[in-house]
Amino acid sequence: MYKGVPASSGIAIGKAFLLTKKHYIIEKREIVNPVAEQERFFQAIKKAKAHVKKMIISSRDDHQDETAEILKAHQTILEDPELINTVSSQIEQEKVNAEFALETTLNFYINLLAQTDNDYMRERVADLKDVGNHILLFLLGEKPFTSTMIKDECIIISTELTPSDTAQLPLDKVLGLITDLGGPTSHTAIIARSMELPAVVGLGNITKAVKNDDLLIIDGEHGEVFLNPDPETIQKYRLKQEEQLRERNSLIRLKDSPAQTKDGRRINLLANIGEPWELTKALEYGAEGIGLFRTEYLFMNQDTLPSEEEQYQAYKEVLHKMEGKSVVIRTLDIGGDKKLPYLPLEYEMNPFLGCRAIRLCLKEKDLFRTQLRALYRASVDGDLKIMFPMISSLEEYRTARSLAEEVKAELIKEGHNIREDVPFGIMVEIPSTAIISDLFAQEVDFFSIGTNDLIQYTLAVDRMNEQISYLYDPFHPAILRLIKMIIDNAHQQGIPVSMCGEMAGDPYFIPLLIGLGLDTLSMSPASLLKVKNILGRLEPEEMKILTQKVLTLSTSEEIKDYLAISAQLNMDNKTL
Amino acid sequence: MRELKVTIKTATGLHARPASVLVNAVSKFKSKITVEKEGQETNLKSLLGLLSLGVSQNDKIIIKAEGKDEDQVIEALISCAKTHNLW
Repeated sequence: MYKGVPASSGIAIGKAFLLTKKHYIIEKREIVNPVAEQERFFQAIKKAKAHVKKMIISSRDDHQDETAEILKAHQTILEDPELINTVSSQIEQEKVNAEFALETTLNFYINLLAQTDNDYMRERVADLKDVGNHILLFLLGEKPFTSTMIKDECIIISTELTPSDTAQLPLDKVLGLITDLGGPTSHTAIIARSMELPAVVGLGNITKAVKNDDLLIIDGEHGEVFLNPDPETIQKYRLKQEEQLRERNSLIRLKDSPAQTKDGRRINLLANIGEPWELTKALEYGAEGIGLFRTEYLFMNQDTLPSEEEQYQAYKEVLHKMEGKSVVIRTLDIGGDKKLPYLPLEYEMNPFLGCRAIRLCLKEKDLFRTQLRALYRASVDGDLKIMFPMISSLEEYRTARSLAEEVKAELIKEGHNIREDVPFGIMVEIPSTAIISDLFAQEVDFFSIGTNDLIQYTLAVDRMNEQISYLYDPFHPAILRLIKMIIDNAHQQGIPVSMCGEMAGDPYFIPLLIGLGLDTLSMSPASLLKVKNILGRLEPEEMKILTQKVLTLSTSEEIKDYLAISAQLNMDNKTL
Repeated sequence: MRELKVTIKTATGLHARPASVLVNAVSKFKSKITVEKEGQETNLKSLLGLLSLGVSQNDKIIIKAEGKDEDQVIEALISCAKTHNLW
């Protein structure tokens, strides 16, 4: 058994298809007819361009938007006049073969870019290599990997999959992906998750051990790969696979049915999204809206602040794709454990109690204004709601809100078409805000309970600190009381309240949360159908009793046990 | 011929995104467009060329455009720089 990094869950059993990258040894040859050699190079570029163009179209058809973006960068490189001129003039002046000239030129740029310690530039190195390899293949008269090479169902195994590889994968035949290199956020991992293919990455040298048509089992959830397993193991995993499939099929049928409890009480099930591909998943699993759109990804993994226009396009796209359903966009929540390379933050002893989220935005007002401008401009493209994170006092909320008003007035003056009554809400994730949630409920349009931080701040537990992680305890009675208080205060003022932390997607808590009166839950798209399934089995009377009982318990141990027992009863009811 | 002398403002210089933004802004024009830093010159329509020039914050660069559409080139550059806060 080989152990790697779990990249995308699920089980796949099938024959290996080795997608190997040959390492060509480029020889320097003297040529007699430089003009003909240049022409050979131009032809290869032309073919490579046509190939990339085809891949862009097929990746768009498969909704691999990220791959399409990367391939567009490849196109830019193939059209780069410096690259083409340098190679062709080297062919002419030194009378060398095109392969050699190409290799020399590419290496020059690769070395140049690799010297920087900048992620973006290193990605460009990968692009350059990928593109260079393509031109080379066409020069050598060979064909790059295309989907038609795969005839039967298989598991793709490779050192590393590049965007031009994954754009070519025939989705109806590929069962899973495994690679030597890569981590949980590598291209292979991201693509596998978005295509829901089981995948394990970072397996070291597995390509050396596997031959074409070897039988493989991938357990994506545990990051395990079995090579030519014995019949018992095969049987074991076949059963596991069938069970997962059954569960999935029974859940997928729930996609279009409304989320409600057994007595017909409607519950809004929304999705949390933080990366563009999660939006696709949210739609696929029937999310009734976006309860939390984290905007950090727009700001991370790049070298400069995203411009107003870039942000506007991103917000507009999400609103557009949700077709008028509610979309709650949270303003930038950076600081703490998340840093930006281009925004130097002062060193802090306690970053989680430091200058993060709204505090940072109120300090870096230009950054905040740009985001608010982009949000307001997108407000006419759907049902937008704006949410501030880490609010700890009314003054803070009022300052943020009046900045938003200024931005609004400015945009109207500039002649922009915007919605004037965009609802504003807050994350309730700091105990002080939970405690005065009655006051907040009179001023804000909605609450969203962020349990992850609420637990960390209420219990004074750093959730990144392994020594005390056992103290990070969602079952603590103080947490449940605070949640109840927030919900009651919201209801008293008649404003909507939802929950968007991990607890909202946790089967244990669902009956309790509904019993406490929550009617909107927001969770990662993958949990939506599971939660919908649980909701459908909830008896209102039982929930009431359960909630009343839990609120009288005094330790988290007792609460945990009680919830476990009732969850077990629920499961038994299902099987009966 | 039109010429533009500017000092780069953006914190990371003309790397990464700002570089590709600039290249994309001018690539459709017919004019010959060059960018010069400390006597070193490269084609502004080439991303690889621009990246290898290594333009950092506070560097002074000279952009020259020569051709029928040189006025449009300068206009496009100015508006691109404004949108992306390049100089």
